[in-house]
Amino acid sequence: MRFARSLLGWISLGLLTACAGEYPQSSVNPASDFAETIHVLYGQIFWWSVGILAVTWAVLVYILVKYRERPDGPPPQQFHGHMGMEIAWTIVPALIVVAIAIPTIQAVFSTQEVPEESLVVEVIGHQYWWEYRYPENGGVITANELHVPVGEPVSLRLHSDDVIHSFWIPQLGGKRDASPLRMRPEGQDLKYNWIHFTAREPGVYWGQCAEFCGESHSLMGMRVVVESREDFEAWLSDLTTGHPEEVTQSQALTAEGGVPTPPVTTVEDPQAQEARQLFLANCSACHAINGVSEAGQIAPNLTLLGRRTTIAAGMMENNVENLVEWISDPQSVKPGALMPGVDYQGGRAPVIWPAFNLTPDQVRTLATYLYSLR
Amino acid sequence: MSVTTPAAPAPAPAPDVVPDAHHEETGIWSWITTVDHKRIGIMYFITSLLFLGVGGVEALLIRIQLFRPENDFMTPELYNQLFTMHGTTMIFLVAMPMAVAFFNYVVPLQIGARDVAFPRLNALSYWIYLFGGLYMNSSWFVGAAPNTSWVGYANLTSTQYSPGLNVDFWVLGLSILGVSSIMGGVNFITTIINLRAPGMKLMRMPLFTWMTFVTSFLLVTALPVIAVALILLAFDRFYATNFFVASAGGDPVLWQHLFWIFGHPEVYILVLPAFGVISDVIPTFSRKPLFGYPVVVYAGVLIGFIGWGVWSHHMFTSGLGPIADSFFVASTMIIAIPTGVKIFNWMATMWGGSLRFNTAMMFSVGLVGLFTVGGLSGIMHASAPVDLQQHDSYFVVAHFHYVIVGGILLGMFSGVYYWFPKVTGRFMNEKLGQWHFWTTMVGFNLTFFPMHFSGMYGQPRRTWTYQAGMNVELFNQLSTIGGFILGVSTLIFLWNLWVSARSGEKAGSNPWGALSLEWSIPSPPPHYNFPALPEVRSREPLWNEAERKAIEAVTHTVPDVEPEMPNSSFWPIVVAAGVTLTWALVMTGIWWVPLLGLAFTAFGVYSWAFEDPFAKKASH
Repeated sequence: MRFARSLLGWISLGLLTACAGEYPQSSVNPASDFAETIHVLYGQIFWWSVGILAVTWAVLVYILVKYRERPDGPPPQQFHGHMGMEIAWTIVPALIVVAIAIPTIQAVFSTQEVPEESLVVEVIGHQYWWEYRYPENGGVITANELHVPVGEPVSLRLHSDDVIHSFWIPQLGGKRDASPLRMRPEGQDLKYNWIHFTAREPGVYWGQCAEFCGESHSLMGMRVVVESREDFEAWLSDLTTGHPEEVTQSQALTAEGGVPTPPVTTVEDPQAQEARQLFLANCSACHAINGVSEAGQIAPNLTLLGRRTTIAAGMMENNVENLVEWISDPQSVKPGALMPGVDYQGGRAPVIWPAFNLTPDQVRTLATYLYSLR
Repeated sequence: MSVTTPAAPAPAPAPDVVPDAHHEETGIWSWITTVDHKRIGIMYFITSLLFLGVGGVEALLIRIQLFRPENDFMTPELYNQLFTMHGTTMIFLVAMPMAVAFFNYVVPLQIGARDVAFPRLNALSYWIYLFGGLYMNSSWFVGAAPNTSWVGYANLTSTQYSPGLNVDFWVLGLSILGVSSIMGGVNFITTIINLRAPGMKLMRMPLFTWMTFVTSFLLVTALPVIAVALILLAFDRFYATNFFVASAGGDPVLWQHLFWIFGHPEVYILVLPAFGVISDVIPTFSRKPLFGYPVVVYAGVLIGFIGWGVWSHHMFTSGLGPIADSFFVASTMIIAIPTGVKIFNWMATMWGGSLRFNTAMMFSVGLVGLFTVGGLSGIMHASAPVDLQQHDSYFVVAHFHYVIVGGILLGMFSGVYYWFPKVTGRFMNEKLGQWHFWTTMVGFNLTFFPMHFSGMYGQPRRTWTYQAGMNVELFNQLSTIGGFILGVSTLIFLWNLWVSARSGEKAGSNPWGALSLEWSIPSPPPHYNFPALPEVRSREPLWNEAERKAIEAVTHTVPDVEPEMPNSSFWPIVVAAGVTLTWALVMTGIWWVPLLGLAFTAFGVYSWAFEDPFAKKASH
């Protein structure tokens, strides 16, 4: 019995807290007001449940031991019911249910209350990555790693570009679906889902798509970087500026037949120049790098890519080797991704674009360049 | 209400004056063409075991893949097909038909009927189920098994995002199976209303028959909802409509509403039969009548009704707004009350009893204990804000396996051990039964309890792998080990069935000393069940000495002239093939091609209609 009690104790502790070890995607280690509200509510219901279970099991075990068949026992008394008991075990659960329902419904309303003032970020789900737009900050765009300031209300406005996804950063609160917007004769039906939260502590929080969205649903992660107001503004500003050309326009002028002029700034690393050309020739139809080419809007924006902790939507550590692997064969990293690989012979996934014609050296040059964007 | 019958004798096993003189047809053809509810029940059961094996292997492959983080034992595509087919198979091809197997075998015997109301419709239901299940699984052989989960959320299922045959097999396969279920529901409603023996009032019916009755109403009302949804989806896919296509003005969330308006009553379609089984088993092995019979009946009926008003608790994350959220929070919590009442009544039935722990009883007690765990975690995500964390995580996977395995499957196992002597005339091996029970308990809890943790630490369901950094490896390994133990326990069960059917200890007509009518006839029963209809005078007919004698005077005789039973027929198979063919031909995408299947079906129905059901016997 003592063993059973201590076992119960351990199990309850585990179910209620992130006990030992590091659980970056834990839903029971709240780091925002939203997550905290849920966690407090969960705690209440959890203890009600444990109480009910303990009583039920205790009575059950008592019955099983006490009333087991005995060879010389008298025949059991034949009774058919008891109105008082029936009423009691209808009323008592009903009262418990009311005790749970009241704080629940309060939380239903409080967690969906729109803050008077908040930073609005548009979150767009794609198969299999996330796009973030900051409409109040010049519409600047980034992907997969969301930055928000600490201690300020944030409102995520969710929708999807293809199928239904669900945005879930457990430590910052519950999940909400990102659904495609319906087209109507009068235009798009602007019914968004919202997540409102105020992060309590700076840090990098893990999350993952929580609605099955296709072949690589499992590989659609994200990170949220919660940082100080200053860091956040510096990041926004860097993101807006991007990585403008630092080199001469001499080539362009030469091409137009003009007189070559000396570089305006110091000559950049020729490798970076080559890489930028490779990017413009191969990647820029889909990807944007602010300051280099902003035409490509259908794939993740790569500005400040080097600062991200992960690539491929939270799935790989961000380093040159992983970038090389990802660019060379995205299908083996993330089957069903729309990005064509290098010399990809395909047929499995709906790859619409032909494979790139790049040498391994060129891929490495490109990866090194992308990693240098910080 | 507290009626205390003075010292009703502990019912002892009845003496066996069981005639074995009746004539039974044998041979494979007699089984294929049978319209006997007992044989159809057995065929349902064996087929559902077959699919249990398929769904179980799928589950074990899933568990192998998840044994280690970032594993690549299989591709994500194969994984998606496996978990989709695991869910679809276990719900539609195992849990539902296994319950129907019991409906078939047990209900007519419990109410004192010679067969169901529409014996040949019954055969048709079975064959459509078999063909539908085979059609759905044939997708494996073309490498295109359904891959968008058992709930098949739009708009992922649109041709744009799922261009292959996978979703075609799913939408058409489920449509076929739905036909079978609706017909089964109609059949059992009619049977229970019309074919009860004299004196068998509604409030004298055994609980299993009662729960079959409620379930049948749910079948004929809930299945049409998903049929509508499936037909809309089929039109989207084959005839370019846009019901669920957002970019053309359709509404993907509409699918969720339709699916769950079906899907939640479906949960009760699955669980109420199991509740019915243990409501019969527990009194038998407690040697005491069910505590609060009317309350247990009303609780079941109430669950059936309220079950219609809770569907959006599956959709708390889809953004319904606080008012709708609150409504569905309230309705979901209300449904917990009658469910709790049932649990307490089962416990009160055992209170003061003389509990006999054989395998059937142990599985029933296991259900009472473990279903409670699933019910309580259900209360947790009935709380909408908490559900925002738990929804679509492994916590929910843990929850519904506690309901479906801990509730439904344990109930079905209990029913197998309980009625096996009636079906075969032999006991199941008790020693193997104990092994089966304990390995099930260990394997089940080891598999599914750790999933509460992996879910709480952020592992979403329907994911092919998880990152090492999430630290959920230990929980997944425990689940995998538990899964294999559960696999072993199932093998023990199958072995027990096989051995016991061939050489189990002989059982008489009422080996458990049970109270309901099916135990008044020989084991196995003659094909006509009852030589003449017995008269029922109470809720516990075989426990009242005088009533039992009167009934057995009727049921233990061998009639000079056997009652005339409907003739066997192969036309149900033809029609079932036609129905399956019609839906399968929709796959061509050409609008008139399915009409060929329809013509074939019409031919079958026409020929069947003009076959005299009693012709052969009449000519004797």
